[in-house]
Amino acid sequence: MFDDRSPIYRQIADRIKADVASGALGPDEQVMSTNQYASFYGINPATAQKAFQTLVDEGVLYKRRGLGMYVSPGAREALIAEKRTRYFDAVLGPALDEAMAIGISADELRSFFNARTKRQDQ
Amino acid sequence: MTASLTVDRLTYRYSDVVALNEISLRLDTPGIHGLLGRNGSGKTTLMSLASGLRRPTAGQIRLNGQPIFENYAATTEICIIRESGDTTAEWSESIEDGLAFARDMRPYWDEAYARKLLDRFELSPRRSVAQLSRGQRAKFACLLGLAARAPLTMFDESYLGMDAPTRYDFYDALLEDYMAHPRLVLVSSHHIEEIARLFEEVIIIDDGKLLLHESAEALRGRGMTVTGPATAVDSVAAGSTILSERSLGSTKSVAIYDAPATLAEQARAAGLETSLLPIQDIFVHLTAKRGKH
Repeated sequence: MFDDRSPIYRQIADRIKADVASGALGPDEQVMSTNQYASFYGINPATAQKAFQTLVDEGVLYKRRGLGMYVSPGAREALIAEKRTRYFDAVLGPALDEAMAIGISADELRSFFNARTKRQDQ
Repeated sequence: MTASLTVDRLTYRYSDVVALNEISLRLDTPGIHGLLGRNGSGKTTLMSLASGLRRPTAGQIRLNGQPIFENYAATTEICIIRESGDTTAEWSESIEDGLAFARDMRPYWDEAYARKLLDRFELSPRRSVAQLSRGQRAKFACLLGLAARAPLTMFDESYLGMDAPTRYDFYDALLEDYMAHPRLVLVSSHHIEEIARLFEEVIIIDDGKLLLHESAEALRGRGMTVTGPATAVDSVAAGSTILSERSLGSTKSVAIYDAPATLAEQARAAGLETSLLPIQDIFVHLTAKRGKH
């Protein structure tokens, strides 16, 4: 369920962020409790707690006293904006490097790009 | 109130063998904590002292500030479940009798929960304890430990003899019950990989000495593996504490302990693969005997 590239709390936080960014978790929607996360993943509740705290610090979630954790209203837009700023360096750049490395030409890339975007525009 | 276990320069000697050598530590955060050590490292001795089964040779071990040995008030707050057969193997009585005994002995005993666990662990109350298989006896022992709900609960290799599915069932039950009733739980185990995710704090003892005591999260962050072309790996790892290394052709992988915070970034910038070292690996490296003396 977890890989060992980063701490477990980080991976849980990333999954919640992905759900917020995709809209699976809507604005002001309640997220599952620390204990529910701990049971589901079979981890100690302090780890789940740390994931939540990280997300509160980052403004993705907010806490309602005695009720639980909720998705911050502007979180989705903020996460998407953050993803956009990283997109070229973190995603497209390496993909293009990989293409060059295996000898895919700029023309091939362009025609793929055109076909893809045309399909999307329709 | 959470129980607090304070260990102060605790020493225990079996005739001429020093089993524990001036150990000091404090456990007072509710949680499932791991006590790790190789065979003969002193884990069981420490737990025996923590449950009042032995008298310290020197130093002190206290629960909520009170000495534990020959102290009824302290020991009723403590439950220790030792390796499977140990406490229950000779019983000719039935499981039902065992439950009645625990009910009398344990001030926090939860009968309804004990019944639920009987179902969950598929144990029939009519069976005689002596006739149970090793795995069943381990399940029964763990049931007694969970349902006792003692403020300080210790499981010392309690699930030896359980098969893997049963162990996982025990971990689930332990976690659920801990969350419903937070308390101080200390678990010693050789199945570190399986149970490490439940740990909040980890204590490692080696040769009767305290090697480390810290949060599992922090410990997990202390070890890292860096893998890639040997020259690049060597230049990133230079100057760090290297726990182990292995090579495959021109690819090299090194396990680093206490790497500086910048090392992971450096490694990734150099196109190297990094991963965190599991607690089990850190434990193995830290307690491995290096060469013969």
